[in-house]
Amino acid sequence: MGTLSLGHFVVLGGILFALGLFTVITRRNAIGILMGVELVLNSANVNYVAFARYANAGYDGQVFAIFVIMLAAAEAAIGLAIVLGIYQSFETIDVEATDRLRQ
Amino acid sequence: MTSAGYVAAIPLLPLAGAAVLGLGGATLQRRLGKRAIGAVACGTVALAFALSVAAFFQLLGLDPEHRLLLARLFPWIHVGTLQVDVAFGVDPLSAVMILVVTGIGGLIHLYATGYMHDDEAFWRFFAYLNLFTFAMLTLVLGDSLLLMFVGWEGVGFCSWALIGFWHKELANTTAGNKAFIVNRVGDFGFVLGMFLLFWTMDAQGHGTLVFRELAQHAHVLEGVGFWGWPVATLVTLFLFVGATGKSAQIPLYVWLPDAMAGPTPVSALIHAATMVTAGVYMVARLNFLFAMAPATLAVVATIGAATALVAATIALAQNDIKRVLAYSTVSQLGYMFLAMGVGAYAAGIFHLVTHAFFKACLFLGSGSVIHAMRGEQDMRRMGGLVKFLPATSTTFIVATLAIAGMPPLAGFFSKDEILWQAFNARPALWAVGVTVAGLTAFYMFRQVFMVFFGTCRADPETRHHLHESPSVMTIPLWLLMAGAVLAGFLWLPFGLFVPFEHWLAPVIEHHGEVHAATSGRGVEALLMLVSLGAAAGGIGLAYRMYASESLRPETFSEALGGLPYRAVLGKYWVDELYDLVFVRGVLLCCRATAWFDLHVIDGLVNLSAAIVRGCSWLSGLFDLWVVDGAVNLVADVTQFAGRRVRNVQSGAINAYLYVVLLGVLGGVLLYWSWAAAS
Amino acid sequence: MSITVAVFYLLATITVGSALGVALSNSIVYSAFALMGTLLGVAATFVLLGADFLGVVQLLVYVGGILVLVLFAVMLTHRISDVNVSNRAVGRLPAAVLVGIAFTWMVHVARRAAWVVKDPGAPAPTTYGIGNAFLRQYALPFEIASLVLLAALIGAIVVSRKEVKA
Repeated sequence: MGTLSLGHFVVLGGILFALGLFTVITRRNAIGILMGVELVLNSANVNYVAFARYANAGYDGQVFAIFVIMLAAAEAAIGLAIVLGIYQSFETIDVEATDRLRQ
Repeated sequence: MTSAGYVAAIPLLPLAGAAVLGLGGATLQRRLGKRAIGAVACGTVALAFALSVAAFFQLLGLDPEHRLLLARLFPWIHVGTLQVDVAFGVDPLSAVMILVVTGIGGLIHLYATGYMHDDEAFWRFFAYLNLFTFAMLTLVLGDSLLLMFVGWEGVGFCSWALIGFWHKELANTTAGNKAFIVNRVGDFGFVLGMFLLFWTMDAQGHGTLVFRELAQHAHVLEGVGFWGWPVATLVTLFLFVGATGKSAQIPLYVWLPDAMAGPTPVSALIHAATMVTAGVYMVARLNFLFAMAPATLAVVATIGAATALVAATIALAQNDIKRVLAYSTVSQLGYMFLAMGVGAYAAGIFHLVTHAFFKACLFLGSGSVIHAMRGEQDMRRMGGLVKFLPATSTTFIVATLAIAGMPPLAGFFSKDEILWQAFNARPALWAVGVTVAGLTAFYMFRQVFMVFFGTCRADPETRHHLHESPSVMTIPLWLLMAGAVLAGFLWLPFGLFVPFEHWLAPVIEHHGEVHAATSGRGVEALLMLVSLGAAAGGIGLAYRMYASESLRPETFSEALGGLPYRAVLGKYWVDELYDLVFVRGVLLCCRATAWFDLHVIDGLVNLSAAIVRGCSWLSGLFDLWVVDGAVNLVADVTQFAGRRVRNVQSGAINAYLYVVLLGVLGGVLLYWSWAAAS
Repeated sequence: MSITVAVFYLLATITVGSALGVALSNSIVYSAFALMGTLLGVAATFVLLGADFLGVVQLLVYVGGILVLVLFAVMLTHRISDVNVSNRAVGRLPAAVLVGIAFTWMVHVARRAAWVVKDPGAPAPTTYGIGNAFLRQYALPFEIASLVLLAALIGAIVVSRKEVKA
């Protein structure tokens, strides 16, 4: 509890990761699942940046974080496009209802 | 013995006639008319008669001990010890028989040409009649028991054919069948006797069926037993069963009254003069065998007497003209067997001869009456015919006097001889015989009075057509009447003139006339008077009841509640009894065996089929449930598993992620444990 | 406790709280807004860690781009009627257990691991360094990433196109 250390941020990242995982597993709404994925990605980013600072890895960590953000954006775009497609087909985005390949 | 080939022609001539008429009779009748048929038929018998007379005279010329004319034709059966040839032999006994058969038979053939004149199957009738004559002659001329049996069966067949001659009526064919079947029962006994005789004789080393050899060696059977019984008794009993069938004695007489369904010449020839006498002839022929079996002789005499009595009582109430004569025949045959039973073989044969004359005359006379009445046979519709049928009436009345036993006609002598012999043997039998004589006189004269005297009860149409028969029918009547008058003088009582007895002596030898010397002439005369009295009483009673109307028949018919009358009118219901016991009994057995066959045997077959069906059903079941079940089980298990496992691929993303997480954690756990272990 | 630590805890609380909101909220709209909160918190954490450029990028891209996109999708796909039940969850307890196990393990590993820790020094502007890295060391990945973005762009358009009824 004294000075900030790596451990604090790792734990934070871990918590975020756990919550994100929890969201992914339990959510029935497709978008909710995507949100969970964003949480996981964010937790990874936090980890990267924390290590970049405290393990003195230069700018590598942050560059990685930027890459992650980029790819998260791409993934979110496509994922949401798919969700919209599902909505058009199934009239719902409840993943428990979308258990057939074709409706 | 003397060899005489022409003797074979005696039976073979009628056979040839039967062959010609049987095969070509229809054509012959069409081309040359019934006259030709009649000529052929009567011609063969007349020729046979001529030859029989010749044989008789030849025998006369021979020494009494060697009177045998033999005609051996060809070897027949030679198997082991059984050596039988087809051979015909004429000895005194068979000479008497062939004279009767061909002589009286010839007269009946002549009569039949007139009687059957309107029948289209004329040729068939005479074919059968000739065939019958052949069979009868074979019977009496056959020199062995086997050949006699051939004739025995032959006359049975011809009797069937002739009784059912008018076969379009079912009643006639039924009567024919009845005659044949009842005869068959008797024949069974005959055959058993024949077999037993040969077998036991063979066991003693003398296996033969030829009569003269049997006569020589039969004594070896004395004292021999078979299953605890004396052989002679058994053999003679069996043979006598055959005689009761053929000669219509109790219990096999029931066919004779029904046989009246045949044409009247048939009744005269077969059922009066010849076939029915075959049994008597057989007993006489085998007298040496019967002499060894006193038990059988007692049976023979008793049955003869009983039959005579029963048949006479039945004849009292009959209304059909031929039926009275039929029962009379049965009764007179009973007399003959009575004679045989007491050892008076010659007397029995004598009565056979006299009976042949007057019974044939009576039957032919009744045929003449029926012919004149245009088929009517019920005596209640006759009467007063003496005016219309003089020849018939005269001959009929004379013959009736003969049968009643009135001297000096033939019946008196023959009947009295029998009665005297019976008295010597067993007085009880004599008593029965005298009673029967009285009854005979009564019912015969009842017939005479009903038919020929009194008012004519026929309807006007029939009465208008009453006329005497043509001469071809009346000549035989006169001739037979002559025989009935004269034949008696061949054996006068008190031993006055007994050529007949002497003639038959070599054949009978020491076995007959056992009781000849037991009673004297006084007794004989007394007995004669008693029987005469009985006969006169019978005639008188008949006169009072049917001619003078001083005694009404109803007195007797309604006596004792009418039961005795109904009993004799209904022939003591013997036919009904036989039908119930035997006919229905056999039918019941048939039904039982048919039921058995249908239900048990077929049932077993069906059961086995059902079992097979059941097994196949079971195996089908097995196939369906077990085999198919196994296959289906596999499919079902797969489906079941699939259905369960399919749920993994639920399409629910959460579940997938869940499982991924689980897998990762599991992998980590594994890695940890591995790392910790190493 | 220094002010840095206190700030950290504050930010951590905001972030974790929002994350909880994302995870546990029954309404998808609430979850979306909670996600915004989380993203903001993370951005602030980045700044706290001295990654100023990254923090801004986070804000711009994540919050301004991705979150808006998410909100768009949420609005486009939910029915007005069942807004309350649009985000039901299942099997929370077993998931929580599992996640808890995972978290515990991660923390355990993290604690046991011997990090090479250096004293970080004072926070300095990073923009120059990051830009340098992108154009030198990480030029290729940068280009590829931009290609990926292009592909995603086209792909998104293709996927979300309505089927033309022929």
